[in-house]
Order: sequence, then structure tokens, then C-alpha cells
Amino acid sequence: MSFPILTALILVPAFGALVVACLKKSRPELVKLTAVLTSAVTAGMSIWLLASFKTGEAGYQFTSQHEWVEAWGISWHLGIDGISLFLVVLTGLLFPIVIIGIDPHHDEKPYLAWMLLLQAGVMGSFLSLDLFLFFVFFEIVLVPMYFLIGGWGYDNRIFAATKFFIYTMFGSAFMLVGIIATALLAKNDVGHFTFDLVQIAEHADFAASTGRWLFFAFAIAFAVKVPLFPLHTWLPDAHTQAPTAGSVVLAGVMLKLGTYGFLRFGLYLFPEAANWSKPLFFTLATIGIIYGAIAATMQRDLKRLVAYSSVAHLGFIVLGTFALTSQAMTGSVLQMINHGVSTGALFLLVGMIYERRHTRLISELKGLQKVAPIFAAAFTIVMLSSIGVPGLNGFVGEFLILIGSFETARWWTVVAATGVILAALYLLWAYQRVFHGEPDEVNSDFAELKPREGGILLIFIAAIVFTGLYPKPMIDRIEPSIKSLITHVEERSDYKAPADDSANKHHMSEGEHE
Amino acid sequence: MLDHIWLIPALPLAGFLLILLFGRRLGEPKAGYLAAAACGSAFVVTALVWLDMLSKDAEERTKYLVMFKWIPVGSLHIDAALLADPLSITMALFITGIGTLIHLYAIGYMHGDPKFSKFFLYLNLFAFSMLMLVMGENLLVTFLGWEGVGACSYFLISFWHTRESAATAGKKAFVTNRVGDWGVMMAMFLAFSAVGTLSYSGINHAAENGGISTVTATAIALMLFIGACGKSAQLPLYIWLPDAMEGPTPVSALIHAATMVTSGVFLMTRMGPVLHASYEWAPTIIATIGAATALFAATIAVAQTDIKKVLAYSTVSQLGFMFLAIGSGAYVAAIFHMVTHAFFKALLFLGSGSVIHGMHHEQDMRRMGALRKLMPITAGTFIIGWLAIAGVPPFAGFFSKDEILLYVFANNRALYVVGMVTALLTAYYMTRQVIMVFFGEAKWKDAHEEHGAHGDFVPHESPKIMLFPLVVLAFLSITGGLLQLPFSKDLHFLEHWLEPVVHHSEADIKGTWAYDNKYLLLLAAIVVAAIGIAISVAVYAKGKAKPIEPKVLADGWYYDRAISGFMGGPGRKAFEGVAMFDATVVDGAVIGTAKGVGGISSVLRKVQSGFVRTYAAVIGIGAIVLLAWFILRGVI
Repeated sequence: MSFPILTALILVPAFGALVVACLKKSRPELVKLTAVLTSAVTAGMSIWLLASFKTGEAGYQFTSQHEWVEAWGISWHLGIDGISLFLVVLTGLLFPIVIIGIDPHHDEKPYLAWMLLLQAGVMGSFLSLDLFLFFVFFEIVLVPMYFLIGGWGYDNRIFAATKFFIYTMFGSAFMLVGIIATALLAKNDVGHFTFDLVQIAEHADFAASTGRWLFFAFAIAFAVKVPLFPLHTWLPDAHTQAPTAGSVVLAGVMLKLGTYGFLRFGLYLFPEAANWSKPLFFTLATIGIIYGAIAATMQRDLKRLVAYSSVAHLGFIVLGTFALTSQAMTGSVLQMINHGVSTGALFLLVGMIYERRHTRLISELKGLQKVAPIFAAAFTIVMLSSIGVPGLNGFVGEFLILIGSFETARWWTVVAATGVILAALYLLWAYQRVFHGEPDEVNSDFAELKPREGGILLIFIAAIVFTGLYPKPMIDRIEPSIKSLITHVEERSDYKAPADDSANKHHMSEGEHE
Repeated sequence: MLDHIWLIPALPLAGFLLILLFGRRLGEPKAGYLAAAACGSAFVVTALVWLDMLSKDAEERTKYLVMFKWIPVGSLHIDAALLADPLSITMALFITGIGTLIHLYAIGYMHGDPKFSKFFLYLNLFAFSMLMLVMGENLLVTFLGWEGVGACSYFLISFWHTRESAATAGKKAFVTNRVGDWGVMMAMFLAFSAVGTLSYSGINHAAENGGISTVTATAIALMLFIGACGKSAQLPLYIWLPDAMEGPTPVSALIHAATMVTSGVFLMTRMGPVLHASYEWAPTIIATIGAATALFAATIAVAQTDIKKVLAYSTVSQLGFMFLAIGSGAYVAAIFHMVTHAFFKALLFLGSGSVIHGMHHEQDMRRMGALRKLMPITAGTFIIGWLAIAGVPPFAGFFSKDEILLYVFANNRALYVVGMVTALLTAYYMTRQVIMVFFGEAKWKDAHEEHGAHGDFVPHESPKIMLFPLVVLAFLSITGGLLQLPFSKDLHFLEHWLEPVVHHSEADIKGTWAYDNKYLLLLAAIVVAAIGIAISVAVYAKGKAKPIEPKVLADGWYYDRAISGFMGGPGRKAFEGVAMFDATVVDGAVIGTAKGVGGISSVLRKVQSGFVRTYAAVIGIGAIVLLAWFILRGVI
């Protein structure tokens, strides 16, 4: 039996959290060392995973399945495919970066323990192929995030943490009911009582109305997590009040639990219901894109601005998910990563501004480009990525989503695409107010980027540029799983993908090049 | 040589990367020379490619070069690929050629600027993006360049970013262009949906062979035109270009006159077959908007007092002429005018830059005058540029403008009249500018006190490195007409050269009244130019009549003001309304529900201290117990 790499990806950070929690508070360097080592090992493993992932295969790889609670049909079933691969890698890499790069300022020991537990939870969520297991991890994630916001956040942190917790718990409650009902109702089709995702998805044949009820039970939980309009208002509060590391992780990987959930559980388990309800999701996603962007424009607090921009960006991802074409869905998965990278970097940058000026209010900042040109340059590149300028990562995902959605959600796409105008508006306007102009007295000694900060941002910028110019390695790994998911939906609903009927058309044009 | 076309964009890219890494160490003027060398070597390569093409038969002058697969998903195959053909090489020749001259000029102009090397960093990035735009094999590579030049334009307009107006102008340019970019994206989606590819050859081939329905072709063409309206500053999206004059003058010359703003014309030419396959009213819309913009901007130009604003509105107006040509099926004439315009408008902008430089950053023409003696070379070359744009034979602008008007006459006589009126206004306002700046009384003598310090303020001629480009461009503005002389078929060099690209979509005007009487039209154009110049001389040099410069024209028909008024007023209020709605209604419902559930207003506080913490702890402990159980069962 080969090394259970996926299990290790969950247990190493979990174990690290435990060790950190048990260490003495009086040995801070040991605490830090443990956390750094643990997350570095996890990062190493996720890179190894990326390297040994078989490109071009649609199915789950590195699976590991063990009976857990036999009587209830719960198993420790883990697997990874093109949809989850890069999310796992991002989770593996993002945590060491924030653990090394961001200083929590106080109570480092519990902070690091929570961070590592959070990583374990997120990893578990992305790797679980068992409904019950998924639910456990999905819920675990809330706990460390709650304490991170509540313990290391800003002025209004307790309110924000509570709101975040209750809001997501509310969604999860529906999902828990949904999960149990799904397992119960699938029993006859599958042949035995099980929570196994693959078995249920491949064998269960829900009546249309049943499937729709179950789908919506899951969908509410995911919609809150994404967050989808109008269930998004926990996000600006949580983001604004969370410590920088919390915001980076929240935007970077945690929101993707929602969009990932739609793909992995929503569409896969209930293809008919997902196909049936897609106009609703197109509409909510499109509203989110425009509405989030407009709300972002008027924010006074930089972090709130970025938070609302997330609402808009995630709207694109949901649109692409339900568009059910290979371009749109591949774009959605790609965009989950891209948004994680560029919004993560934006939160880092805003965090650095806060460290220097102890404010996030746009009106308090002015003329920073003059005093800190390198800082401004880094901000500019990340901003352009978020705006979706071609050649940078954000564009590739957005473009694929839109061109793919244009086939199946035409008029929504026409409206959604105007979001790219608004994205330029809110970011450039904020940039102008913060970085342009003559710096006033309080901003005139704004410190330039430090080497450690620069090094961290360089990693993000490298990812932004590389993905923008050469996304093919990612696409090659994502696409097969997406195609197989589309086929799965086609087989189980009356949906027919427009996909490759244009292959012959393309053939005709290819001939031109001879 | 055709195998090495990748060098053309790669050289400015290399320049960009080198300056990015070593720019600060290189400093002034080395960074400038490095950038100029990068652009200049790209010009040499382009010229060699061009010569190589000339030696080949017309059918063999197209070269595709696939560098790598860029975005391949499902049936969508987008390559990072270049296309060299007569059109793209024509564009690349004048982009790199004029680009090099402007790089050299900027070494003098930007002297002493603390961000000297950064300026050339952006300039090389711009050259790279612009070359990708014109050499793209498909719409997406072009779009990469399209947005790239947009970003560079943003950086360079707000180059002096501590100035509030420059920062605002940069943002305005980017956002307005994005409106147009939406159109380009829609065009791409429609094309992919209809043809299954984004490559020009694939789309145009389908369009030429009826592979695209008329409705779709119309939609694609008009969506592209929306993009063109943004990038090439046509009504209703032109508003960013006059403000873009906030950027350093070499930028105005290169980006906002000669190259970037012509991208829309290029794109429409590249996709000509699609426009050709559209409903007949689609080209008419384009021609009408072009003519309207040409006239509209010309009327504004007559009342401007800022030396660069005159040229900016003039550029908008001349771009309108190019779209008038596109809409009339005169693709060759459009490209012809694009090239000659690049010569003389770059010349005029650089000349104005030289004046501004010599006048110590004075841009108000009312404080100039009589500069021809103090700045003889600037004045001489500027006058050549003036003659070229005013449509005086045998200067370049005369032939290209006349070629357009010939096609317009054959196509739509009402638009011809608009074109002629615009031509008259052009001659008028350019003469006005030349007189105000170089002739008459020296008004800067009164103004010197406001300049403060030095009482002995005397405008001075610019350094040689700035004058050399002026002389070269002046030469080109004189001779540019040779590209396409109207006198005999054999002298239509540009037409023969572009024939493989435009043969399908170019309008055929042979046998029309206009074609048979083209010398009459030539004569009419000369007369109109002469009238324009004569009136202007009478008004501004001889003082025989009062200048007509009403406020409504100086203020651009209040169009820009109305838009910014709307954006700052009701638009902003609406946005604020949405933000308020979110805070009070959407979030209010959530908080309200939470409160309602708890039944008391302080539920949140109670909840946070009691329930949530406990619950969180339960989940946390529960999870750990579950994991422990799992580990103890030894299933790993």
C-alpha cells in the first residue's frame, strides 16, 4: 500500500495544531518552529501531490478508503481530482505563507494552533468523498475561524465572528438535514445505507421533486459560504474584522468551500435539480456581480471594498459553474484559484497598509505612490489581476467563464460582462485616492516594502503572471474532471451540452492555417 | 526573415524587462537609449520582414507563427500566435518607426524627471503591447495587446500622479475604454459561438463564405465597433482622449495620436469581411458616427486655447475620418490616412511638446506668439505638419483625406458634405493654432512675470535630440502621399500592398460619378482647404473679423461636463443607494431575523457570550474526539 498522502495532508496540520496547543507558552520560538515546520511539510506534500498527479485523468486519484462507522455507512473516503487538486495545493501553500509572513502581535500559541487546525479542516473539506466526513470538516473549519476573528481581529471582532458563525451554521443546518435525507433516500438505489459520495452519485436515482428539495438543502449552505447574493452580508463584516491572515485564508480558500461544494456535491449528486434551477443561480450570480461591484465602489474601508469585490468575483464563479460547458466550468475552477491568489494578495497589501498607518479608511490615505513606489507597483499588479487584464491570471478565468456561459446563459452573460467595467471603476478609484496625489503629512513617512513583505508578494505576483501567460498546465489537469462531470449531468438530466459540435466548425477554420 | 517575426514584439519586451531589472541603476539617459534601441531594433527587424515580403508573391506574404497553446479548453483553441501579413507589417512599421523617434525625443523631453527610467519602462511595455495588438493571429492575442496598451496608457496619463487632474484622467481613460472592451468581449463570444474559433483567418473565412449569418455578422461588427469607439475615441466614448493630454507630450504623440488610438480602425479593417457580411445599415452606422465625431470634434477644436487640446480634438476628428472611411468600404484609404496622420499628428504633438518645453511648461496659446524666430526648426516642421493636416497639396494629408472623401462621395453624399465641412474647419483651426503660436505678437513677454523668478524669460529652441525626430517626421509628412497617389492605378502602392487583406471587403467605386470626376473632387478639396486657411488668416492674422470662439464650443458642447455631472451626481447617488440598501435592507433583514429569533434586542450579545462559544467548543471537541476515535481504530 502506497503512502496515504491525502490522509497525511489532513493529519499533519491537525497533529501540528495539537502539538502547538500542548507546548509551553514560555517557549515561543519552539511554538513558531513547530507551526512553520508542520505547514512546510504540508506544503511539500501538496507540491509532491501536484507533481505526481496524473494529467488527463478525470477520476479520483490517490484515493484512500477505510470503514469508519460501519453501522452508519460512514467511511474515511478521500480522493482528489482536477476540481480539487489546485484548491488543495493552494491550501497547502497559502498557510505557510501567512504563518511565516504575518505576525499576529499577541498570543501566538493559540493563534498558530487555530491556524493549523483551520488548515486541516479546509484540507479535509476539499478531500472528503464521504458526505458525513465532508460535513464534519466543513463544520470544523468554522471553529478556528471563529476564534481567529474573535481573538485577533479588530474593534468589532466579536460581533463579526458571531455573525459569521451563526450565519454559516444556519446554512449548515440545512445541509446536515440534506445529507442525512440523501443517505436515507438513496439506500434503495445504492443497495445499502451509506454516506459515500461516489456510490450515491453514481447509483441513486431521486425523483425530480425529491432531488430538488435535497439539492436546495445543500445549496443554501454553499450559497452562504460563497457567498451568493443576498446571503452575503456576513462577509464584509467578517473580512473587515478578521486579522490579515484570517482575511487571506477566508478569501483564499474558505469561500471556495461554497463554490467547490456546488461542483462536487450539488451538481454531482443532483444533476437534474441543478440543471433545473440554473436560471435562479444565473440570476443571483449576475446580481452579485453587479451589486457587489457597485457596493464595493462606495465603501470607505479598503477591506470592506475588497470584501465586496469578492462578492462580485465569486458571482462569476457561480455563473460559470451552472453554465455547464467545459469552458465555463474549467474557468470557474481556475477562477477559484485566481481569486484566491489575487484577493489573498490584496488583503495582504491592505494588511500592510494597516500595519503602517493603523487605518484602513481610504480617506485617511493619500499619495502613497510617491513615498513607496515599489509598494504601489506591487499593489498595481495585483489590482490589474483583479480587474482582469489579459496576461494576468484573473483574465483567463473570467474570460473562460464568460465565453463558456455565453452558450448556455447568453443574456446573463451579456449583463455579467459589464462587471468588468465596474471592477476597473472601484479599484482604480480606490487606487487613485490612496496612492495618487501629493502625500499629506501623516502619509509622508509611509514605509516602503520590507524584504520579507516583498518576498511574499513576489510569490503571489509570480503566480499571477505565470497563470495569466501559461494557464495550460492547470487547464490540462482541471478539464478532464470537468468534462466527466458534464457527462454525468447529461446522463442524468435532459441537459445537452453544446460542447464539441463546434469541433467540425473549428476544423474548417483550422484548414486555413495550412 | 518571416520565421523571425516573433522578434518584433520580443525586442521591446526585452527592453521592458531589462529596464525593470536595471532601470534604476542605468538611470538617465542610459535607460532612455536602451529603450530606444529596443524599439529601433524592432523597427529594423520589421523593415527586413517587410523587404522579405516584398520579394515574395502576394499570396505568400502571410505568415503564422504559433508560439504555444495559450487557452485550450474543449472546442476552444486559442494559441499565443502571431500573424504577419501586409496589414500587420504596415502597422508594425509605423509603430516601431514613429515609436523609435518618439523614444529619442523623450530622452530630451523627460530630461531631469525623477522617474526618467520608469517612463521608458512604460514606453517599451507599450510598444510590446501595441505590436501584440496588431500582430495577433486571433482576437484574444489582439485583446491582450488591446488591454495592455490601455494599461500603459493609464500608467502614462497619470505619470505625474501627484497631480490630481493627471490621476483622474488616467482613471477616466481606463474605465471609459473598458466600456468599449465589453463590446470586444461580446464580439469574441459571438464569433466563438458562431464559428467556433477566434482566429482571424477562421472568422473572416467563414464570413466570406457565408458561414456567419447576417444577423450574427452585424452583431459582431457592431460590438467590435463599440470597442473601437472606446479605444479610438469616437462618439459617445471619446471623452477620455482630451483629458489624456495630462500625460507627458511624447505620450500624447505616440499613444494618443499616432498608434494606440488607431487600434479601432485597425481592428475594423482586420475584421472587414465580417462587416462586409453584415446588413447594409451596419457600415452606414459606422460611417455616420465617424462623420459626426469628425465634425463634432472639429467644432470644439476651433475654440480651444490649450495647444495640446486643439491637437487632441483634432485627433478625435481625424479618427472620425478614418471610421467614415471604414463605413464607406474604403479600408485602404482608412489605413492610408492612419499612416499619414501618424506622421503629421506625431509631428504636431512633438512640435507642441517642443514649444511647451521651450516655454517652460506653458500650454496656453494666448500666451505664445511670434515663436518662429526663437524656435525656427520647431516652427518650420510644425508648419509642414499644419500644411499636411490642412489638406494642402502635395503634403501627405491631402492625398489620404481626399482618398477617403472620394469613397464617401460615391457612397453617401450627405456624409461627403459633413466631411467637407470638417475639412474646412480643420484647415481653419490649424491655421489659427499656427498663427497664435508662431506668428503675431509675442504675448509671452507680458506673461513672464507670472512665471516668477526670471525676468529675462525667453523661449528657447529644444535640444537636437528632440529636433531630429521633428525633421524626420516633417520629411514623412511631405512625402507620405507617395504611398498612394490618385493619378494612375500604378501609383496605388498601398492598395496593391494591402490587396490580399482587404480585397474581399473593399468597396468598388469604379464607374461611379465620383470616380469619373475625381479630379473635380480633388479641386473641391483644395478650394475648401484654401477657404479654411483664408478665413483663419483673416481673423487671426489680419484681425479683419472677431474670432468666433463661443463658450459652448470651448466647453465641448458641455458633453463631457454633462457626463461627469451625471456620474458625480445622480450616478453616484444611485451607487450610494445600493450601498445603503445593502447595509440597511439586506443586512438589516439578517440582523432583524437574528433579533427576532432571540426575541430580545440584546440577543446577539447573549448569543456571543454563551451559545456560540459553547457550540464552537462542542464542535471542536467533538471533532477531536472523532478524529481520535478514528486514529485509535487504527485504520490508517
